[in-house]
Amino acid sequence: MNRGPLIFLGIFFALAFSWTGVVLTNQIQYGSLTPFYDQGEGKTYPEKRSGLAERGRLVYQDLGCLYCHSQQVRRPGFGADTERGWGDRQSVARDYVYDKRVYLGTMRTGPDLRNIGARQPSADWHYLHLFDPRLTSPGSIMAPFGFLFEYRQILGERSPKGLKLPGDYAKLRGLDRAGYELVPTPRAEALVAYLLSLKDTYEFPEAKPYVPRKTGGAR
Amino acid sequence: MADTPSLATSLNPATPTDTVARAELSEIDASAKWPVIVFLLSGLAWLLIGTGFALISSIKLHTPDFLGDYEWLTFGRVRTAHLNSVVYGWSTNVAFAVAFWLMARLSRARLRHGGLLIIAACFWNLGVTIGIIGILAGDSTSIEWLEIPPYATPLLFVAYALVGVWAVITFRFRKSEHIYVSQWYLLAALFWFPWLYSVAQIMLIFEPARGTVQALVNWWFAHNVLGLWFTPIGLAAAYYFIPKVLGKPIHSYYLSILGFWSLAIFYNWAGVHHLIGGPVPAWVISAGIAASLMMVIPVVVTAINHHLTMVGSFSALRYSPTLRFVVFGAVNYTLVSLIGSTMAIRGVNETTHFTHFTVAHAHQGMYAFFTMVMFGSVYYILPRLLLKEWPSATLIRTHFWATAIGVTLYWVGLSIGGWIQGTEMNNASIPFIEVVQHTIPYLFMRSVSGIVITIGHVAFAVNLVWMLCARRPAGVTAPTLFHSAPVLSTPSIR
Repeated sequence: MNRGPLIFLGIFFALAFSWTGVVLTNQIQYGSLTPFYDQGEGKTYPEKRSGLAERGRLVYQDLGCLYCHSQQVRRPGFGADTERGWGDRQSVARDYVYDKRVYLGTMRTGPDLRNIGARQPSADWHYLHLFDPRLTSPGSIMAPFGFLFEYRQILGERSPKGLKLPGDYAKLRGLDRAGYELVPTPRAEALVAYLLSLKDTYEFPEAKPYVPRKTGGAR
Repeated sequence: MADTPSLATSLNPATPTDTVARAELSEIDASAKWPVIVFLLSGLAWLLIGTGFALISSIKLHTPDFLGDYEWLTFGRVRTAHLNSVVYGWSTNVAFAVAFWLMARLSRARLRHGGLLIIAACFWNLGVTIGIIGILAGDSTSIEWLEIPPYATPLLFVAYALVGVWAVITFRFRKSEHIYVSQWYLLAALFWFPWLYSVAQIMLIFEPARGTVQALVNWWFAHNVLGLWFTPIGLAAAYYFIPKVLGKPIHSYYLSILGFWSLAIFYNWAGVHHLIGGPVPAWVISAGIAASLMMVIPVVVTAINHHLTMVGSFSALRYSPTLRFVVFGAVNYTLVSLIGSTMAIRGVNETTHFTHFTVAHAHQGMYAFFTMVMFGSVYYILPRLLLKEWPSATLIRTHFWATAIGVTLYWVGLSIGGWIQGTEMNNASIPFIEVVQHTIPYLFMRSVSGIVITIGHVAFAVNLVWMLCARRPAGVTAPTLFHSAPVLSTPSIR
């Protein structure tokens, strides 16, 4: 086979085939998927994120959180995602229609975060965990994000968001000076707002919790 | 095309054909010299930089407070800087170097206006540099394999277009009647990559698709960077160097055609297997799994072709550095592809997905296969361009053993660790933190293997720079082999 143009045509159609199948067909099939309008509640789901949470999404993106945390719950019976409490149901495409960038992820060095806002609703916990993951989760190998916090002199009133470090930890790290406090920077606040916004608790018609058929017996 | 007489024929019309052919080859090599060297040296620099990032990110995974106060070196960024410097810095630069040299040699055409290629190389490396700095500064897009921020990607695209067009032009000036299978792979790869890259850029960054369609575009792109860009270049080199060094034809020409077309058809659907169990249409996942399993055909066909060409010539592995690296790569291509097809089966994927098993697999593909084949190619090409031999066989030996042992330790160790991680993660009675704890010994082992690989890279870099700086010896030189070959039945051995 020595004909350049013929080889080129083959090369062209090979990629055109998968481009049509994987990219184009799916774009046509559900590329304009819309949110779901619940007539009973008079609201659409999924809900849009607040502006602060949307800024937090960018912090999540620039720090590369998705390289260790997925954002997708597999259906019951495939893996142990629901048994671990990572979600009450499997994730469906409609959950992501407002996500400007989708962070499904491919790695679970740490746990799935698709419902972290429902699983761990305390902002204080998240601040401590981000500042030093070993504070809240001994044995964790998560990167510390101390640079998202500021150790500053208290001017006037103490900030309500100030981190409540355990006494001996604060002493060990030299973070126990009188008149000083450790507070989250605006980026940390945005990131935590984003994490708290992650919850797919609404049950879409297509997302009814899937109950695996009992195995055994006649099929 | 282009009947300009070579220097040999214009001096003496009665020059023997063998001498003419050799003179022609050396003219082709001379025309390719500077572009290839520029791509190669930039690749080498990125290899060392990427190795540094790799070590930092590897250590961080078992000792998370290591360099923990520097935002620009946080795991999510430094790991991404590692991926982009080895994929777009090292691998793509060396792929350009090898692809150009192969294309010129196989087309028996001189590389015209090599200066333009050097400009393309500058654009490419400028793009990658800005991209990596951008990632470290926090501008990563967090789209796997496409993290380079949008302000740097147009540079990359322009550079790539120049390179691709130039390869096609070189091909158009070919003098050889026959189109060897390596040329098919090169042409296909150079055509496929810009298509993939531009579609992915548009549908993910400039005009993003809605919802999880993004994930499909992402993995259609990312897996095809491996399958339709690096794999074809690696296979083109293996198809060229194994028969070339051994001085015998490839086992079966027919099989090479079958291998090429089955790869072209099946590989590009396979990427969807990264989304098994995810919120995308089930049919497209099933199609991706089917394509991944069909990949067994091109892989087995290519394996038969490469490995049966080797049968009866294994002793040459004792002498030739090129052959040793390339055959190591070819064997790993067979292994990694078969493992990859297995990983796409739903029942296996349930365990391996989201674990270090996938990381091990990626390194076996990009390093144990692709990078090792590229190392072998460089050992063959560079002496012909510089008209000098490699200064030290010991350094080549160090390079080979350190990288071969290092990467094998890497993928075997991390595969075991990843499998344990996956099995435990699917057992909800084991607390997640224990699953994490149980991976640490394997992560530690990965850092050790990384140090071993680094030793190999340093040996390679020292040898290469030494070779560039060394004075060209007068007269005929002998190739640098691991051991002096007993009988040179294969004159091109090196």
